[in-house]
Amino acid sequence: MTLKPVDRRSVLQMLAAAGSAPFVLKSTVALAETPLTVGVLYSGSKQDYGFNQSHAQAAAALKKQTGIKVVEEERVPETIAAQRSMEGMIRQDGAQLILATSFGYFKPHVLEMAAKYPDVTFAHTGGVWTAGMPENIGTFYAYIFEAQYISGIVAGHMTKSKKLGLVAAKPTPNLLRSINAFALGARSVDPTIQVQVIFTGDWVLPVREAEATNTLVDQGADVIAAQVDSPKVVIETAEKRGVMSCGYHSSQADVAPNGYLTGAEWNWITPYLVYAGSARGGKKPEHYLRAGLGDHFVKNSPFGKLVTPEARAAAETARADLIGGTRVIYSGPLKDNKGNVVIPAGVMQSSSDRALDGINYLIEGIIGQV
Amino acid sequence: MDATSIGWLALPLAILGGAIRVSTPFIFVSIGELITEKSGRINLGLEGTLMLGAMAGYAISYLSGSPWLGVLSAGLAGMAFGFLHGLLCSVKRVNDTAIGISLIVLGTGLAFFLGKPLIEPKAPPLPSIALGFWSSVPQVRAALDVNALFFVGIALAFAVYVFLNRTGCGLMLRTVGDSEDAARALGFPVLRVRIIATMAGGFLAGIGGSFLSLSYPGSWSEGLSSGQGIMAVALVIFARWRSINALGASLLFGGAGALGPALQGIGVTGYYYLFNAAPYILTLAIMVASTSRAAPFADAPGELKLHR
Repeated sequence: MTLKPVDRRSVLQMLAAAGSAPFVLKSTVALAETPLTVGVLYSGSKQDYGFNQSHAQAAAALKKQTGIKVVEEERVPETIAAQRSMEGMIRQDGAQLILATSFGYFKPHVLEMAAKYPDVTFAHTGGVWTAGMPENIGTFYAYIFEAQYISGIVAGHMTKSKKLGLVAAKPTPNLLRSINAFALGARSVDPTIQVQVIFTGDWVLPVREAEATNTLVDQGADVIAAQVDSPKVVIETAEKRGVMSCGYHSSQADVAPNGYLTGAEWNWITPYLVYAGSARGGKKPEHYLRAGLGDHFVKNSPFGKLVTPEARAAAETARADLIGGTRVIYSGPLKDNKGNVVIPAGVMQSSSDRALDGINYLIEGIIGQV
Repeated sequence: MDATSIGWLALPLAILGGAIRVSTPFIFVSIGELITEKSGRINLGLEGTLMLGAMAGYAISYLSGSPWLGVLSAGLAGMAFGFLHGLLCSVKRVNDTAIGISLIVLGTGLAFFLGKPLIEPKAPPLPSIALGFWSSVPQVRAALDVNALFFVGIALAFAVYVFLNRTGCGLMLRTVGDSEDAARALGFPVLRVRIIATMAGGFLAGIGGSFLSLSYPGSWSEGLSSGQGIMAVALVIFARWRSINALGASLLFGGAGALGPALQGIGVTGYYYLFNAAPYILTLAIMVASTSRAAPFADAPGELKLHR
């Protein structure tokens, strides 16, 4: 059922190129006469300076394409309300493509709706399609940890105290992968650098996130990174305390004009266009779509004014190495912070390696516990 | 000046700093609720009032350039909501708990709706007083960077204490809250007192909300309140309807809330879910310890429907 990797890659690259030069795609899309209606569901506010905003930005970019109409609904709970919202988009607005952007929409809501409306394409963020599920479902995600690795390199170059702080929500595998990548990036610059992690315990807890940031600064961290749903509070608090910061999900540069270094951002427009293409062409959607920096699924925020030329150069080199495959973030020998070897010498786990899916450790150099 | 050298001393410092930073909205909302409940009504809608206040304060501070004007308008917005609650509950056979819950939904919804254009702009924040000027340790300076509203909150707790226990109006309020029949017999305007008490409660809750958006964490977003308004209502019961206790409970709650992040900060990395629950565990423990079998509602205003 699945396409060969070579095919998939070439298709992605073509579309990615189209994404960076929208006029190319506009002309191809314009060929189709009937407009494609796309329904987008968000679990939170579109303007959260975080995960939902990264999707909303992609939806806004999608709206600019000719021949595409976008209907959106924000703050859709991950309950039966999600099904009502999807059904409404399909029946009232005539949506032929549904983008369900929150993890909890997948089971059972997307599965049930996809079975009920086999002619509509459903694309879900973060879910994993397995054989037996409706054929009109696509699941996509992006290797944001590659961008977080680049942020780590920048932070590693910029820190003077050799201590970085990271405020994270929960120790889920996806977050752990990014936390480790951030630390690996920073420690590739200087192996004495330590990364201190504080888990707040939930996705959105502004007051506790501010407290965690203050604590990390008090402990001597001079770069603060954030892996919570809406990193605005963390970045703002870091700015108030006069330290540097690295963002996540979407750009928080405008809340920290002085200290913002860079950030790991999703670039959802690329997968959106892939699914818009298959929905329009009446083709089966890509069931399991994952890609990283090289395919423009993720990106880094533009460098802040503090970032030195050396740091910029190192980040650009690392980006080129990652895209070219000459550098693999998770390569052995790698120890966790309890001293166990997690990846033996000579083993490389590339970004698409499913062994990374169940990651449950923090690497050496991180102060924190899963 | 070495920032990393304070080690475990960071823990008491973080708890102190947390108590000062986190507790202010709790102080305002719980004392506001206390005034309302003393009149014999419970206003559960303060969570919505808090959000509305946070939004209104941020909006006015942004538009006028004066954060203090923002605080005032947050209070007025809260007062309007309190008036609504007071008025609706004055209709016969209307349940104040149900009205409160609907006001949570209305308040948050209204705040989200009107607050949409306010997420990106930066409003001038409330200034803070640098009480750590004597110290050369940056951590101490940061912990003692205290917002003026915190001191207003402390003064308020004592002022409310004096008002309730030493003034005629306070006596009237307590009478209305303890026995409607007695209040009527004395010729007190029961409904008017209750409406005014609910408005006062809303005013203070609105100010508590403006602290969230204008001081700490200090910006408007839809995820701003993580249940502070509801928690503050619970703190009133915890404080046995005494304003000084409410102040103490708020401080305790703020300080305990800082425990989770602070312990991870000094390297105690495990059990953070447990430490993050510290405020609630502490509340539970004290409530169990302070219960009385003989007179479980000894301190509660007699007219509170909660206890009927």
